[in-house]
Amino acid sequence: MTLLEARDLHVGFASHGRRARAVDGVNLAVGEGEIVALVGESGCGKTTLARTLLGLERPTSGSVLYGGAPLAYSSRALKAYRREVQLVLQDPMGSLNPRHTVYEAVAEGPRIHRLTGERELVAEALSRAGLRPPERFLDSFPHQLSGGQRQRVVIAGALALNPRLLIADEPVASLDASVRGEILALLLRLRADLGLSALVVTHDLGLAWNIADRVAVMYLGRIVETGPVEQVLTAPSHPYTQALLSVLPESPAPVILAGEPPDATRVPGGCRFHPRCQVLAGGAAAEAGVDSACRSQALTVLPASPEAHTACHYAAR
Amino acid sequence: MSLLELRDVAVSYRIPAGEVPAVRGVSLSLAPGEALGLAGESGSGKSTLAMALLRLLPRDAEVTGEILLDGEDVLAMKWGRLRAVRWASASMVFQGAQHALNPVRRIEDQIAEPMLVHGLATPAEAKRRVAELLEQVGLPAWRARGYSHELSGGQRQRVMIAMALACSPRLIIADEPTTALDVMIQAQVLQLMRSLIAEHEVSLIMISHDLSVLASMCDRLAIMYAGRIVESGPAHEVFAGASHPYSRALAAAFPTVGDPASRLAPQGLGGDPPDPLHLPTGCSFHPRCPVAGPDCASAEVELWPANPSGSHTAACVNVRSEVAP
Amino acid sequence: MSATAGARRRTALARFWREYRRNRAGVTGGVILVVAVLLAVLTPLITDPAGLDVTRATGAKMAGPSLEFPLGTDESGRSVLLMVLWGSRVSLLIGFMSALLSMVIGTMTGIAAGHFRGWFGAVLMRITDWFLVLPQLVLALVLGAILGGGVSTIILAIGVTSWATTARLIRAQTLAVEARPYIERSKALGAGHWHIMTRHVLPNVAPLVLANTTLSVASAIVAESTLAFLGAGSGEVSWGGLLRGSYDWGAATSGAWWYILAPGLCIVAVVMAFTLCGRALEAVLNPRLRGVPR
Ligand SMILES: Nc1ncnc2c1ncn2[C@@H]1O[C@H](COP(=O)(O)OP(=O)(O)OP(=O)(O)O)[C@@H](O)[C@H]1O
Ligand SMILES: Nc1ncnc2c1ncn2[C@@H]1O[C@H](COP(=O)(O)OP(=O)(O)OP(=O)(O)O)[C@@H](O)[C@H]1O
Ligand code: SF4
Ligand SMILES: [Mg+2]
Ligand SMILES: [Mg+2]
Repeated sequence: MTLLEARDLHVGFASHGRRARAVDGVNLAVGEGEIVALVGESGCGKTTLARTLLGLERPTSGSVLYGGAPLAYSSRALKAYRREVQLVLQDPMGSLNPRHTVYEAVAEGPRIHRLTGERELVAEALSRAGLRPPERFLDSFPHQLSGGQRQRVVIAGALALNPRLLIADEPVASLDASVRGEILALLLRLRADLGLSALVVTHDLGLAWNIADRVAVMYLGRIVETGPVEQVLTAPSHPYTQALLSVLPESPAPVILAGEPPDATRVPGGCRFHPRCQVLAGGAAAEAGVDSACRSQALTVLPASPEAHTACHYAAR
Repeated sequence: MSLLELRDVAVSYRIPAGEVPAVRGVSLSLAPGEALGLAGESGSGKSTLAMALLRLLPRDAEVTGEILLDGEDVLAMKWGRLRAVRWASASMVFQGAQHALNPVRRIEDQIAEPMLVHGLATPAEAKRRVAELLEQVGLPAWRARGYSHELSGGQRQRVMIAMALACSPRLIIADEPTTALDVMIQAQVLQLMRSLIAEHEVSLIMISHDLSVLASMCDRLAIMYAGRIVESGPAHEVFAGASHPYSRALAAAFPTVGDPASRLAPQGLGGDPPDPLHLPTGCSFHPRCPVAGPDCASAEVELWPANPSGSHTAACVNVRSEVAP
Repeated sequence: MSATAGARRRTALARFWREYRRNRAGVTGGVILVVAVLLAVLTPLITDPAGLDVTRATGAKMAGPSLEFPLGTDESGRSVLLMVLWGSRVSLLIGFMSALLSMVIGTMTGIAAGHFRGWFGAVLMRITDWFLVLPQLVLALVLGAILGGGVSTIILAIGVTSWATTARLIRAQTLAVEARPYIERSKALGAGHWHIMTRHVLPNVAPLVLANTTLSVASAIVAESTLAFLGAGSGEVSWGGLLRGSYDWGAATSGAWWYILAPGLCIVAVVMAFTLCGRALEAVLNPRLRGVPR
């Protein structure tokens, strides 16, 4: 069952008189009880996509579907939607109001939605998030907690509303190596206990390997490869995914992409990866006879289905 | 002779609530051309130790022990000598360096400043050297006339490295040079540092909490916990076969993609980082240690040899009982 | 929960007081203010308003300071001390109330203009800018003329013309707060505009508002004096009114320095005291405004 779906989503911004195509045609689905990782380098549009899925940003075209129905943008509909889909941000220090105690931070959701039994909800959410016993933390301020504890408070704040889907934007990027695993294990346990689905946005492939069922690799506003984690990360077929995997510290032959990082205001024609593509630059694409297609022929937008797909002329030959 | 040698270095900060022992007795040595990786969680004292090496700490920090750079004690140096040493013998790439560039000065002026201040070059020579340095770090020379906000994070980090190289130091201390950078840019910066070390025979101390990055860059690794080195040894031995349970947890935190053991099984370390004002007794790690025994709370731990040659040491009672006769 | 919240507020207050006490200028200003307010409150108890009546004045005209009249008398033989005391009530009342009014309008406009980014915020900002460039005094004079004299008119006239700088300041602070990730988190939890403005933005701008209001009391007192001096006052005895009287009767040329100096020094002292307090509040509250509570 598909829970949340992006259908041919486009999001653009005006930036310095130019148009930044931050999300430029994305189909993506998160099923019930599924953990999907969205990976890609800085500036490729991951955060914009996540914010659009949450209704914090309006798409320029295309639509977001929740439970099969398109998202309505009236404030009442959005409020109802936000009981079901929750957000966890990268920086747990910044995402907690420094003037609010842990109790107030976790109770914020239940208060907004006027839920009864606030105290019980808060206590339960905190212990679900691994802050036990909850009483010990209720009156603490964020600056009195460690980074891992803060992120747990943010997660507890989301859990207090009993959501069905968590959208986590770089949930462990600002945490210590030693706490990282704990937070990821928490996401897995929440899925096992509550059936909570998650979309995890990251630029860390190890994280996807650690917890995700499916992975979508994004480049310059598009998803260029998607499929089950085992398949995409052990046998990548898109040159960009191959390059990302090759620069992991332990890998034997790193392919370091040349050229400037991609710029959403200047999306190249043809395959949008072609100016940096190592397969094209190395001549393999020309050998296969797809080099002119790489430079001039646009690729279709990948479907949202769970099977593996790749947007590459060379891989499709 | 070793380039740098630390003997029982300790640093504590005075704060209203008491003394924070940030570094508690660290001894290590670094040979010319060697790369040492320093790892440990946030607050374990990595930056404090690095800054103590060049006496860059704030006034409320008290440093004891001996820090010998080329046999000369840094802690006993006069100011003038210290200033000369800071640029000519050793230089530092600071943590969060991306924000350390002055936004209203041209890149070239910032890189040239130390050369001019120390009278190592005339303005014309400095200009030539800046172009050379930028080329070494892979930035086009015209960038020299630009400002830092025109650069991406990775480019700024490369400018910081160019600044550290300006006076041809023999030791570079890099504090988290790639944290907060993207995988691809991180790979670019690491590759650059690797080639610079190989070409110029400089020594490197690199700080990070990502063991896999350090293992790929360094010859030796030292793991810090609560202000002490708890394990040290050849990089791959420590990374792949850590003897201290804390090092094992750090090594497991970043999984190898493709390794079935870590698939859907993230590994973390329970518990909270120790409060430096109330450090646990015995082995400071025992409250969080998955294999702690009954004596860990009281045993006096020190670095015991963890391999026959003694090049690999670890401060865990289990190591003592395994290797000691 | 409420017990600990109360305890927390008490410790926060204690810490605030400890820091404020260290600010010498702020303490001086505070002492002057407390004395001024106490005198104004106690005036009806310790003096007889009958002395303000021109027909029942007992002293000689324009007499210098004496034992009976420590600050001399005015053109009708009334005690200047008595008039200064009663005048302080009107001056302080107008100062406080119009600062309050300007604070309420300024804070609401500022928060709304910072929170709503669309056309609504833009329109609010245009209105604010319009009030900012309008010559305040002229506007107040016109308002006073239209609405007729009286204390409440003056309060309204000053309050309505002085909120624009507050609004600008509060808007800037609101923008800074709204950029924090916890606002994004709150939105994702389903928070509406009201929740974000009252739970997150208002507590964060409150210290700024407090410091700014203290400063604007000072400028309101000056504005009142100016209006009264220009003859557009409330008609009641106030410091500005006294100055006006001294001018009308040529106190300067006839050497009646007490008639000018007494109200003049009062204005200077109180305005300075409010400014000192406002600056001290800014200094004490601002570090916490920017950073994490330590
Ligand atoms: N509000 C905005 N106005 C203009 N441009 C924007 C805005 N938000 C994002 N962009 C642009 O859209 C592109 C995608 O940004 P986004 O933040 O989604 O990237 P990201 O993949 O999350 O990157 P990172 O890993 O650095 O967080 C970037 O080029 C960015 O400059
Ligand atoms: N100026 C200071 N005054 C007081 N205590 C300090 C100061 N600087 C650091 N400390 C404390 O010293 C300890 C070590 O800090 P340090 O910055 O060396 O850690 P680190 O290992 O570099 O951490 P990170 O990975 O977060 O950079 C911490 O407990 C920290 O709180
Ligand atoms: S389509 Fe061509 S240019 Fe694009 S990734 Fe594939 S091989 Fe490279
Ligand atoms: Mg992002
Ligand atoms: Mg540090």
